[in-house]
Amino acid sequence: MQSPLKTNQIGSQKNNSSKSLFQINFRQYSMIIALVFIMVFFQIITDGLLLKPLNITNLILQNSYILVLAVGMLLVIVTGHIDLSVGSVAAFVGAISAIMMVNYEMSPFLAIVISLVLGAVIGAWQGFWIAYVRIPAFIVTLAGMLLFRGLTMIVLEGKSIAPFPESFQKISSGFIPDLTSGGSLHLLTILIGIALSIVIIFFQWKNRRNQLKHQFEVQPFGLFVLKLVGMIVILNIFTFVLATYEGIPNILIVLGVLIVIYTFVTNKTKAGRHIYAIGGNEKAALLSGIKTKKMTFMVFVNMGVLSALSGLLFAARLNAATPKAGNLFELDAIAACFIGGASAYGGIGTIPGAIIGGLVMGIMNNGMSLMGLGVDWQQGIKGLVLLAAVAFDIYNKNKAQ
Amino acid sequence: MANIILEMRNITKEFPGVKALEEVKLKVKAGEIHALCGENGAGKSTLMKVLSGVYPYGTYSGDILFQNEICEFKNIKQSEELGIVIIHQELALVPELTIAENLFLGNEIVNNGVINWNETFLRAKALLQKVGLKESPNVKVSEIGVGKQQLVEIAKALSKDVKLLILDEPTASLNEDDSENLLNLLLEFKNQGMSAIIISHKLNEIEKVADSITILRDGKTIETLDVKNDQVDENRIIKGMVGRDLTNRYPERIPKIGEIVFEVKDWIVYHPKHIDRKVIDNVSITIRKGEIVGIAGLMGAGRTELAMSLFGRAYGKNITGNIVKNGKELKFKDVASAINNGLAYVSEDRKGDGLILMEDIKQNITLATLDRISKRSVLNKNQEIKVAEEYRQKFRIKTPSVFQKAGNLSGGNQQKIVLSKWVFSEPDILILDEPTRGIDVGSKYEIYTIINELVKEGKSILMISSELPELLGMCDRIYVMNEGRITGEVLKEEADQEKLMKYMTKSKVRG
Repeated sequence: MQSPLKTNQIGSQKNNSSKSLFQINFRQYSMIIALVFIMVFFQIITDGLLLKPLNITNLILQNSYILVLAVGMLLVIVTGHIDLSVGSVAAFVGAISAIMMVNYEMSPFLAIVISLVLGAVIGAWQGFWIAYVRIPAFIVTLAGMLLFRGLTMIVLEGKSIAPFPESFQKISSGFIPDLTSGGSLHLLTILIGIALSIVIIFFQWKNRRNQLKHQFEVQPFGLFVLKLVGMIVILNIFTFVLATYEGIPNILIVLGVLIVIYTFVTNKTKAGRHIYAIGGNEKAALLSGIKTKKMTFMVFVNMGVLSALSGLLFAARLNAATPKAGNLFELDAIAACFIGGASAYGGIGTIPGAIIGGLVMGIMNNGMSLMGLGVDWQQGIKGLVLLAAVAFDIYNKNKAQ
Repeated sequence: MANIILEMRNITKEFPGVKALEEVKLKVKAGEIHALCGENGAGKSTLMKVLSGVYPYGTYSGDILFQNEICEFKNIKQSEELGIVIIHQELALVPELTIAENLFLGNEIVNNGVINWNETFLRAKALLQKVGLKESPNVKVSEIGVGKQQLVEIAKALSKDVKLLILDEPTASLNEDDSENLLNLLLEFKNQGMSAIIISHKLNEIEKVADSITILRDGKTIETLDVKNDQVDENRIIKGMVGRDLTNRYPERIPKIGEIVFEVKDWIVYHPKHIDRKVIDNVSITIRKGEIVGIAGLMGAGRTELAMSLFGRAYGKNITGNIVKNGKELKFKDVASAINNGLAYVSEDRKGDGLILMEDIKQNITLATLDRISKRSVLNKNQEIKVAEEYRQKFRIKTPSVFQKAGNLSGGNQQKIVLSKWVFSEPDILILDEPTRGIDVGSKYEIYTIINELVKEGKSILMISSELPELLGMCDRIYVMNEGRITGEVLKEEADQEKLMKYMTKSKVRG
């Protein structure tokens, strides 16, 4: 009498968990699917211009500074706040760096370090008001947006400063050196692709072995291999395409390192867990012994540093510090996070999601420009895409409940 | 003799899984003050919500007769039109509006859609005079004290031409003078012919103002007492409130009690916002190894405030007093240091303060003690799953997997997650604040069993509960709190509900 009941239960449980697994996967992959769809769409409509090596390289160069901001912004949004000042902070730090490097001929390395520290100080200033005085982040950073834009114009006296030393420009416009001179293919780029593939295979394999050792449910072996092969193929096609042009841009290395570090921090460390807990339920986090104020403060310090980095990247790419630099960057970064599945109420969002969201925005910008659409249309369409992405997300969540 | 202004006949109201009210009867005579008594959760507030239309007609069964006519209220507005006005425990005033604006909120005096401020001012002034409040109608509500705010609420009720005024715990947040004022005002209105229903835990107040008393227990009407004829005193009311038959709802335990492990001396805590209000007043308690110590008290007695202020100063300002654990004096500067020193606190409001509903079970369980699953701040997620899985089985959390979001589980299972979280932190002293609130009977028993196992392992438990049978069934010793002080300490052997209730309602004795 008992045993059929039991098997029945186990059966239904399994059914349940595989269903929820599918749902999780669907939500994770829906963003990637959307990205692929947009890429294919523009690839067709621009007669293959979009995925030309030159254009892919351009895409990376154009969007790097937004993606850097999106990484920091994601942490801010996950803790349940917002930062409207990042564009202005980026402009201000860019301006200061120009004054140091151009006017005072400081070495780029030293100037970069000072700039990043300046970013941290600005972040601490805003974090103090938000975390300890508990003024809403919207207001503090709105004030910051005006304040640092104003300071930018003051220190630049309304003019642009240029040109930067060449070694500084190289950060945003240079490429990694090649092993062999000449040849149509950039060899080191291809080698990096292969090396990364090996690293990925190693970690995925180790992870799976570990899970098996703990007797956890794992994906079927076939699916596992298929996924792994898919990842490796896409990665190597990507590096190959880059190799047919000038190789991997320096900036992609910077970006890649940032993404890996921040994905690791959010996923695998105590600090990351604390950030999600604060956004999910601040009071529960506090009563679990999490130093909520300090953590919130640190998230804004981090945002300041990344804003500074973004400002440097932008200045290096433009080869000038201008009073208008970084205008509306904050909105692109925020949009990237939300398109990437972050919740406006805090507690939910991932770094890869924010990056994909940033890429969706970037590819749409690029694709529409290639099509010859004017900025007016581009703005409008981007707005609708943002709304649609979030509406879709909320619709999904409501359905799940 | 007297007219019946309100009769509620056989009111039954069910929520999913619980019968909140069962065949409740209530008769209120015209021109009397009728008190409604009962323990927390006896159904008093639910009954009043049925009456005022918060739970619309059709969601309950039974009849409401007001002035001999059957009423079918669909919302509060309809009951207010007939003159039934309820004043809730949490005041419903807009702090940043003026008294006059609040008085006529939703009921503005207008000429062709434009507010007539002169008329508003004059009528507000007249209403304030009626309740004896000497403030200008143009003062913001946030600028006057709680006692005066309560009077504004009553004035607001008067502006609606009230025939039956319902007050839910009107003096809960008032000091003695303000309470006195309010009660006198109530008696004055009675002399003018108004009827009132008052819900209160303060039995001495009820004795003072009420003409008759209806006692509810477990959603049923127990009796209606006539204060003049029945010679009602506090003991009589208490007996009616708690006199239920106790079945064996608590698992057996043979206590093995050791040395004193935790001691609090002269603990004083002030309110975080009203800096001059003492919330905890000179409390001293001791807890022994392997002991379950209860804290009884009515809502607002300061039990949660005591627990949270002990737990790394998570509540209150200007905290003074000593904490001694295992003979060593400790100072907790924040929650983390309290946890590190072997304290744990399972909060009263598990959804609001205990869980992160959007995160999964395993993340909730490990949140307070991430160090135990991490090396140099890097989490070992496989170990996390194992830990969660272990507690899922140990505490029988009913869920398909530990990857489920905490928000998707039932109350009992959520409570088990919170318990898992704090047991995983390996505390010596576990403070449980209303550990079984809103949980079905079966899960309650399971949670009691878990608690018993914990003390068997040598942990000590401080248990706050509003359910007296639960305290009597589980605890070795019970402290009773009222108005921020310990008003009594009762050993299990000599404890009964009457005794506890007496201490719970014992006010500050003067002189």
